Amino acid sequence: MLRRLMERVSVTDVVMWLVGGALVALIVVGSIATLATGRYTAGHWFDFVIFGLAQGSIYALIAMGYTMVYGVLRMINFAHSEVFMSGPYTAYYVAAALNASGFLDRQPILSLLIVFLVAMATSTAIAVLLERIAYRPLRFAPRLIPLITAIGASFFLQYTFKGLYGSGFQAYPVVKMLEGEWRIGAFRILKIQVVVILAAALLMAALYTFVQRTRVGKAIRAVSEDKAVAALMGIDIDRMIATTFVIGGMSAGAAGVLYALMFKQVNFYMGFIPGIKAFTSAVLGGIGNIPGAMLGGVFLGLFESAGPILFLDGLGVRAPYQLKDAIAFTMLVLVLIFRPTGILGERLAVKKA
Amino acid sequence: MIQSRFGWQQAVKIGLIGGIAGILVSLTGMVEMFNQRHIISNVISMGQTLLLLVVMFIGYLAARRTIRPGPLWALANSLIAGLMVGGLLALLVIVGSLVNLRAVFINASPVLYEILTFKQGTQPGALLLLAGGGLCGGLAGLFYLLPGLFRRIMMMALGGVVMTGVLQDLLRITFTAWGPLAIINRWLFTPNGLTTTGAGSLFILIAAITYFWAQKGSALQTGLRRLPPTGQRALRVIGLLLLIFLLLALPQVLGLFLSEVLTIVGLYVLMGLGLNIVLGLAGLFDLGYVAFFAIGAYTMAVLTSPELGFFHLSFWEALPFAVLMGVVAGVLLGVPVLKMRGDYLAIVTLGFGEIVRLFALSDFLRPWLGGSQGIAKIPKAFIGGFEFAGPQQIYYLLLVGCLLAGFISLRLKDSRLGRAWMAMREDEDVAQAMGIDLVKTKLLAFATGAAFSALGGAIFASKLTSVYPHSFNVMISINVVCLIIVGGMGSIPGVIVGAIALVGLPELLREFAEYRLLVYGAALVVMMLNKPEGLMPEARRRLELHEAEAEAGE
Repeated sequence: MLRRLMERVSVTDVVMWLVGGALVALIVVGSIATLATGRYTAGHWFDFVIFGLAQGSIYALIAMGYTMVYGVLRMINFAHSEVFMSGPYTAYYVAAALNASGFLDRQPILSLLIVFLVAMATSTAIAVLLERIAYRPLRFAPRLIPLITAIGASFFLQYTFKGLYGSGFQAYPVVKMLEGEWRIGAFRILKIQVVVILAAALLMAALYTFVQRTRVGKAIRAVSEDKAVAALMGIDIDRMIATTFVIGGMSAGAAGVLYALMFKQVNFYMGFIPGIKAFTSAVLGGIGNIPGAMLGGVFLGLFESAGPILFLDGLGVRAPYQLKDAIAFTMLVLVLIFRPTGILGERLAVKKA
Repeated sequence: MIQSRFGWQQAVKIGLIGGIAGILVSLTGMVEMFNQRHIISNVISMGQTLLLLVVMFIGYLAARRTIRPGPLWALANSLIAGLMVGGLLALLVIVGSLVNLRAVFINASPVLYEILTFKQGTQPGALLLLAGGGLCGGLAGLFYLLPGLFRRIMMMALGGVVMTGVLQDLLRITFTAWGPLAIINRWLFTPNGLTTTGAGSLFILIAAITYFWAQKGSALQTGLRRLPPTGQRALRVIGLLLLIFLLLALPQVLGLFLSEVLTIVGLYVLMGLGLNIVLGLAGLFDLGYVAFFAIGAYTMAVLTSPELGFFHLSFWEALPFAVLMGVVAGVLLGVPVLKMRGDYLAIVTLGFGEIVRLFALSDFLRPWLGGSQGIAKIPKAFIGGFEFAGPQQIYYLLLVGCLLAGFISLRLKDSRLGRAWMAMREDEDVAQAMGIDLVKTKLLAFATGAAFSALGGAIFASKLTSVYPHSFNVMISINVVCLIIVGGMGSIPGVIVGAIALVGLPELLREFAEYRLLVYGAALVVMMLNKPEGLMPEARRRLELHEAEAEAGE
């Protein structure tokens, strides 16, 4: 039996497990040390967790777009970060106008709804244009070509929006209804965080239902599994791919407004980092897998938020929050060492590149 | 779509796209900024040229896509498309006069409207735009109808004049640096734009050369080919010697600024050669390539800088260590990702690049790596008494580095290892079945690529005499990936061409800094849509890509 085991396991596997084990050991030791110092109260940890959840939900929403497009087109849509940015940036002007006229204060819910709609519409428009102009002609090209096109489109959109709206940071108007916090004993939670988490959860649930329970969703799943056979079954591939981009665009636009409400400002460059984080979440959860993207986003948010303090503070690292992105990526590597296809694995048919 | 008569709907659609492009170009501020530069002094500015180019291109496209044969229909279509573009721009002007667009689009300034309406006010301006658009569209249609040779001549000549106008600053500097050419300066350039006589003569000159080449060019080439082998070899040797002389003399001829550009291009060529092995030959999608660059640079910094005071090595003593660290890092990166496929590999390598940058930036490692302040006072390289101080000397360091890397790549490509890499790129499982040890091959690919990058990093550190973590961001990795694909994946001359196109040109056009990346992004998209195999591809790759298209077309 040992021999059978030795045949299946290679040297590289052992080395990788050693690396993974070392990382896990580091994490455990660090966590224990941090918790032992007792420097952070339960209230602190709750703060970190809630913040992580909120940020993670936003990543999850954006990751939906990445993962769905990957499912149907097998490509990483680098320009999705700009789809994410275009919505709230355009909706900012609507929000500012609503604020200036006082409508925002009188009818906050309706105003927010309008802002959301504008953002989602803009993001969807950009996503559909992207697909039509940049990706459709390259549908049968080798994988790297659409990727470079996506990178080019990303730059183009970033700087077009910079040229149109300017390079400054625009502060989103304050919605009084969303300010403030709730306290339960030693724990406090910001209202805006609750809104973000709930809104994101709602949208993700809606999306998941759409993909799992409707005909269009089924068609999209069919296209992700095998385009040629789906076409044979009478599914309009172009339509379905466009629908996928529409869904991705809508969720990115909504995520953008939530991001803007939480972080209170927009800028032409705001899509870049969340885009990378969202893509990491999608990979973490298993690329092509929608529940995976959601889970990956939430996990990534939690790792980023609670991870640095939990893992590194105990090890005596100064200013651990600077390394939060490093922690996020290290956790990704860790997960991929032990589960090479992500947490929930790939639901795609295993095709060779 | 049912085309009636001569397919004017298509022309309208094309015109619409052109009109939106024109509006975008205006609202992002490009027209306004470019307007300050004149192509031909006091005759036409760059901003106006830009709009003109848009209209003419759209008109040309509309004429080309005319369904119904016959010159009249093509002309009509191009007119329609031109009218659409002019019309949309006129709409912008009219709306702009009624509504304060500036609240949202910060570049919708009064100056823009002035430019668009030719300083005639809103109403006449709008009409002028409409008429002008139609006229230019029509001209483009006429242009399309010209016989092929005339078209080529006109395009080359016009293109040459416009390019000279765009690059006037650089050319002026280059010509001033070299005495005899200074007279060209006076004849060709005014402080802002070309002289009319200069532009005219340049136009005629280029037209004549194009005409001559068209008539006699192929004859020349066959004549050359018919030479006896000794003659051919002699020509080739002469060509090589000329090339070597040119390469050696280049920084002296071009002056300080252009040499600086050359060194940056050289660095990217070096990195490109390394990534060419990892991505081009071995098919490993590495998006974190800047990590090795950073490691090479930081190793050089830590080992040589007196600021940290740990070691006091010279440039040459530290160089092998920098490369060694790069190799070690390559292997360290390679091990966890051995089992990862395509896109997972991409994100993990991207993560690795970011991790290196973040650790360099962190306070945690500040005592050793300098944190956000970086490490300064890195000494330059010395040979005997000669110091590699400025860009003109560092160029030679990079030249040697690139030649070395190029030589190694070339030899590796045709070796067993190179073929193993290419087999791995095509299909990993089959390669493994053929007996290739995937582990060793992958690690060697990572290590070699990392070595080149670390070499570049070390030279970079010496060139800047200081390293900051901000210089090692993910954009550099993305840039290198783009340049080897635009240049042609897997081909070594392709790397050089890609570096010149994607790194050299933006550096040269730094004055347009605002819109560099906009154009860069658009250029990438256009390139991938039209020439996905790159500018100078391997012959096999071009066959692969276009064969697939031909099959798909059928």
